[in-house]
Amino acid sequence: MENTKQTDNKNNILEIKDLHVEVDGKPILHGINLKFESNTVHAIMGPNGSGKSTLANAIMGNPKYKVTKGQIIYNDQDITNSSVKERADLGIFLSFQYPAEVPGVTINNFLREAVNTKRALQNQKPYSVIDFYKLLKEKMQLLHMDQSFRTRELNAGFSGGEKKRSEMLQLLLLKPIFAILDETDSGLDVDGIKAVADAIHLAKKDSPMGIILITHYEHFMRELMPDRVSVLCNGKVIQEGSTELAKKIQEKGFAEFIKQNEQSNKGGNQ
Amino acid sequence: MPPQATQNAGSDVDPKNQKLNFDINRDLYDAADNHQPKFQSKPGINEEVVRLISKTKNEPEWVLNKRLKSFELFQKTPTPTWGPDLSELDLQKIIYFIDPNTTESTSWDDVPDEIKKTFDKLGIPEAEKKALAGVGAQYDSGMIYHNLKKSLQDKGVIFENMDVAIHKYPEMIKEYFMTSCVPVNDHKFVMLHAAVWSGGTFIYVPKGIKVDLPLQAYFRMNGKQGGQFEHTLIIVDEGAELHYIEGCSSPRYQQSSLHAGCVEIFVKENATMRYTSIENWSRNVYNLNTKRALVDKNAKMIWTNGNMGSSRTMLYPCSILRGENAHSESLGIAFAGSEQDQDTGSKVIHAASNTTSIIKAKSISKDGGISSYRGLVKVMPNAKNIKSNVQCDALLLDEKSVSKTFPYMKINSPTATVGHEASVSKVSEEQLFYLQSRGLSEEQATKVIVSGFISPIVKALPLEYAIELNKLIELEVQGM
Ligand SMILES: Nc1ncnc2c1ncn2[C@@H]1O[C@H](COP(=O)(O)OP(=O)(O)O)[C@@H](O)[C@H]1O
Ligand SMILES: [Mg+2]
Repeated sequence: MENTKQTDNKNNILEIKDLHVEVDGKPILHGINLKFESNTVHAIMGPNGSGKSTLANAIMGNPKYKVTKGQIIYNDQDITNSSVKERADLGIFLSFQYPAEVPGVTINNFLREAVNTKRALQNQKPYSVIDFYKLLKEKMQLLHMDQSFRTRELNAGFSGGEKKRSEMLQLLLLKPIFAILDETDSGLDVDGIKAVADAIHLAKKDSPMGIILITHYEHFMRELMPDRVSVLCNGKVIQEGSTELAKKIQEKGFAEFIKQNEQSNKGGNQ
Repeated sequence: MPPQATQNAGSDVDPKNQKLNFDINRDLYDAADNHQPKFQSKPGINEEVVRLISKTKNEPEWVLNKRLKSFELFQKTPTPTWGPDLSELDLQKIIYFIDPNTTESTSWDDVPDEIKKTFDKLGIPEAEKKALAGVGAQYDSGMIYHNLKKSLQDKGVIFENMDVAIHKYPEMIKEYFMTSCVPVNDHKFVMLHAAVWSGGTFIYVPKGIKVDLPLQAYFRMNGKQGGQFEHTLIIVDEGAELHYIEGCSSPRYQQSSLHAGCVEIFVKENATMRYTSIENWSRNVYNLNTKRALVDKNAKMIWTNGNMGSSRTMLYPCSILRGENAHSESLGIAFAGSEQDQDTGSKVIHAASNTTSIIKAKSISKDGGISSYRGLVKVMPNAKNIKSNVQCDALLLDEKSVSKTFPYMKINSPTATVGHEASVSKVSEEQLFYLQSRGLSEEQATKVIVSGFISPIVKALPLEYAIELNKLIELEVQGM
């Protein structure tokens, strides 16, 4: 299939159009419109329960999250009904807020399988055990991870911070075109956030990745400097803007921001 | 004990050993070759057949008498009904003796071409060169090849075809063969085995000798409607160490075949015995096996069993811990696919104080297959300070498949500490989604989850076997 090939080094666009999503029969997202671009950091902010993870899962194609209306378009290709693997093959990546545990599977073996699967898709030779070992070592050093991590079981018994570092390690190895980071900063300490942010900057130099940054924290924002900010509330985008908007929210807190936002909306309607 | 190099950390392949790449597909095991046997008995069992087997092997009187007595018991005993459904196994349709028309050899060059090709395909001669101290190969009822490293022969280690051992070491065999470990009256299929057994392995490791590479036997059942009844007798004398590996396979036929082997192991004071077996019978085989070890003071017995293929399996390796401080470990993996019933588990009898045991059993069921864990932990009243831990985990790959657990406990001692944990899990949607989001296909993702599930047991295997077992399970997951 020609059009499922990854298309590097050009301006890629991921567009969400009037997206409605339900989980277990319960409507969560009510008509989201968003446009993401390569080489851009796009922050999604919003209080707990506003639907940020739901949006992330719907973009990745989690079958539990049902799209009842609207579309997800990747470079003119409608991927609303594509399988999760098809989306992964296109270069969409989700760093999970709560990654699944897979006991007994070492980080090393899993990542070699994943990386070599991707290489096969791009008609590249698989990495040998030794070459992969070197590559993994290099990426782990970037994230200040101990080498013993290689043989740990995928997410099983990991601390919050370890899970997030493991997600970032996967990102560095799989080099996606769009990376959704769902609260990657929570669970990480200050050093962790710095290491992850540095690694992302490096990865961006390699390929002009688009980053969809879901976060509450100023700290991570400051490290990654979003180009755009969208605010989600009750399954809807209520405001969009630049870094300034993020600052405003940080200063006031969500509750106050949303109250003012509602009032100004009412004012505007009158 | 095998050398450290072969004690690999599971599927986490050591970069140095990456050459060891087994290329396996199911056809390799399922295809029969067209080797013509020298002789095969008519289907069915009667006294004549029993006498014929004994006569062909030129056995001493006492062996024939033991066979005849067992046959008598067999006739009087009903087929057990407490386990898997055996109603479609017609014992009168099985051919009990197939002589492979070749004399036993110590060089693969002398083994007939078709048979050698089969073993070549299974990777046996290659494995022998690489990492084994000795190999025996049985084809239907007869051993066709045996070889033991000269250095071990010089130390007095015996690795011999059971038929030959009867003539060469009559005293030892008389004392240990189907007497105190697995007596001939043990159960219906032991009685049958004792009446028609043929071939198998006899191993003796003298006091204090540590065999540092594994010894291996490979049993191949080729004949249609065949039966294989090999007998394995292992004596690890005081302070000695041995790792013995057994592999089994058979081609696939429409008609039922029967495998009723028997393994008897004596682990003497301070000795260590590790027994590993990967049984990969084709889907027409009834695999009704008996394996037991008598474990003396300070001795260790470690069972590792992988059971794939076969229509029905009944296998419960048993350790009788009869000396103080004796220890038993039993690791098992069973895979049940469509129309298969894998009834496996482990038994431990704590007959002496301060004995310890660990049982870890894992099963995978797919396409409506049934896997059952059936085990027993028994603590005798006079045994004090016993520790035992049983853990059985089942993984179901779909809604149709079944897992059952029958963990019998007979604890007659107030100082015993016995733990039991059981879990049944399904391959979770969440795990599948997670792995697929990294670009794996659904099938790859399932394989990854399954390989993780079995890894605690695969880790205990030498590298080549770890790789082979992983590949076999992958094939089963793919449903080939
Ligand atoms: N798997 C689920 N099952 C049922 N309800 C869910 C599920 N996931 C999310 N929800 C509900 O959807 C809403 C949005 O949740 P979520 O997307 O996780 O928000 P956020 O990530 O912004 O905190 C919440 O009300 C939550 O309770
Ligand atoms: Mg969330």
